[in-house]
Amino acid sequence: MASKINIFKHFLLIISLLFISYKGFSEEPETPASTTEPTETATHEEEHDSKLLSFNAGEMIVEHVADNHQWHLFGHTSIALPVIVKTDKGIEIFSSSHFGHDGKEHYQGENYTYALEEGNVIVVNEAGVINEGATATLWDFSITKNAMAMLISMVLMLIMFISVAKAYKRNEGRAPRGLQSFIEPLILFIRDDVAKVSIGEKRYQQFLPFLLTVFFFIWINNLLGLIPFFPGGVNVTGNISVAMVLAAFVLLITIVIGNKHYWKHVFAMPGVPVGVLFILTPIEILGLFLRPFVLMIRLFANITAGHIIALAFFSLIFIFGEMHAGLGFSVSALSLLFTVFMGALELLVAFLQAYVFTLLTSIYFGAAVDEGHEIHNHTDEH
Amino acid sequence: MELVKPSIGLIFWMVVSFSIILFLLKKYAWAPILKMIKEREESIENALTAAEKAKEEMKSLKSENERILAEARNERDAMLKEAREVKDKIIAEAKNNATKESERLLKTARENIQNEKMAAITELKNQVAVLSIEIAEKILKAELSSDEKQKTLVKNLLQDVNLN
Repeated sequence: MASKINIFKHFLLIISLLFISYKGFSEEPETPASTTEPTETATHEEEHDSKLLSFNAGEMIVEHVADNHQWHLFGHTSIALPVIVKTDKGIEIFSSSHFGHDGKEHYQGENYTYALEEGNVIVVNEAGVINEGATATLWDFSITKNAMAMLISMVLMLIMFISVAKAYKRNEGRAPRGLQSFIEPLILFIRDDVAKVSIGEKRYQQFLPFLLTVFFFIWINNLLGLIPFFPGGVNVTGNISVAMVLAAFVLLITIVIGNKHYWKHVFAMPGVPVGVLFILTPIEILGLFLRPFVLMIRLFANITAGHIIALAFFSLIFIFGEMHAGLGFSVSALSLLFTVFMGALELLVAFLQAYVFTLLTSIYFGAAVDEGHEIHNHTDEH
Repeated sequence: MELVKPSIGLIFWMVVSFSIILFLLKKYAWAPILKMIKEREESIENALTAAEKAKEEMKSLKSENERILAEARNERDAMLKEAREVKDKIIAEAKNNATKESERLLKTARENIQNEKMAAITELKNQVAVLSIEIAEKILKAELSSDEKQKTLVKNLLQDVNLN
């Protein structure tokens, strides 16, 4: 039994290392340096190329992957979501259906006239020209597609885990059943193989609720993102804002719980000559922020890439189909095969990214509360 | 909306909702679940330890039983041996006594027989004496019943006598 578990662990480790290095090398150094430009230019190029055809793959993919003010279900059916905007004249709440299905219509609000420009709410005048001054003061707190999907997943999590907790009370002292027996190994996995190992016997319990919540939040949203229809199919964990908040929580908790030993290692690494400290301390301080930043980028990039690849394979069918119907059919078989393969891979990635995020988070926590008895854990994920 | 541009609205909702769900799950899900798992693990651990202990106890009980059994067996053997010895002793003693008694009896019997025999012999001797006297008397009577016979006798006697 024990050896089986070890093999599984090694397997997980190897797989995760593969992904970490692959994704890490290819995306981490680039993305922070040139935040928006490459993606933007890529999108524009695709747009130019495919303008000749009626089907625009790039636009479709970005529309599915990015956040939106309405939840597109199928064809011309979409769920209208509340738009909440705060301008210098106050808060306004209205339905996103006022922008029309394609988002081209203007909405005459109480304070301003609003319109959508590339998915962002802007203030326009009667002629439809952007009001730069008012747009600059506009804060968009809308319940967007991602926010809605996130809330749905959270309600799902609450129902799931509170029912599991009730099952524990009902089956007290007995073997787990149903959903409980599905969740328990995962909880034990996070507790024994993630938290206990990287934080240590003494302090792991304190962080377990956060680690479990983060793990299941990421995992469940990853899985929901793989479901192609409502309420799934939304790129929640692959959204930079969501990943950013998760990473910010990690950063905040690490700063709050960091003990004297930890801060001494950050600001003045013991046993290092003073001259070297001038180089090392800035690196350590940078590393403090870089670690959560990398967590954010890894999650965002992996999940978004998965969505883009799946959609790209499907787009192939329509691109070839527009050239010739027969070609479309033959390509569809191939791309279906690839999509199934990618779907299986994404199932693994969904778990893996949740696991990696939780594991690295607990390693950072472990380093922050380390009393200095153990070897300092310089986890390098590059 | 661009992919890599964080939006303030989503960040706001994420912070709020994640904080809420973290609090709710911590209070209503993770705390009871982890507590129950821990309690169950402990109870299983305890049960296993108790079983192990019971096994040990059984083992010691068994060896104790075996020891008692062996002791009883030894005791029984000792008792049997003792009884056998006592029996042998009694038998030997009885035999001894019987021999002695029989010998004594034989001896007295023999003595009695001897005495009786002597008495009988004496009696017989007396009887024989009496009888001989009677016989002699009768013979004498018969010999001397007539004068002639008496004369013959005397004559015979006188013949025998050698008068020198």
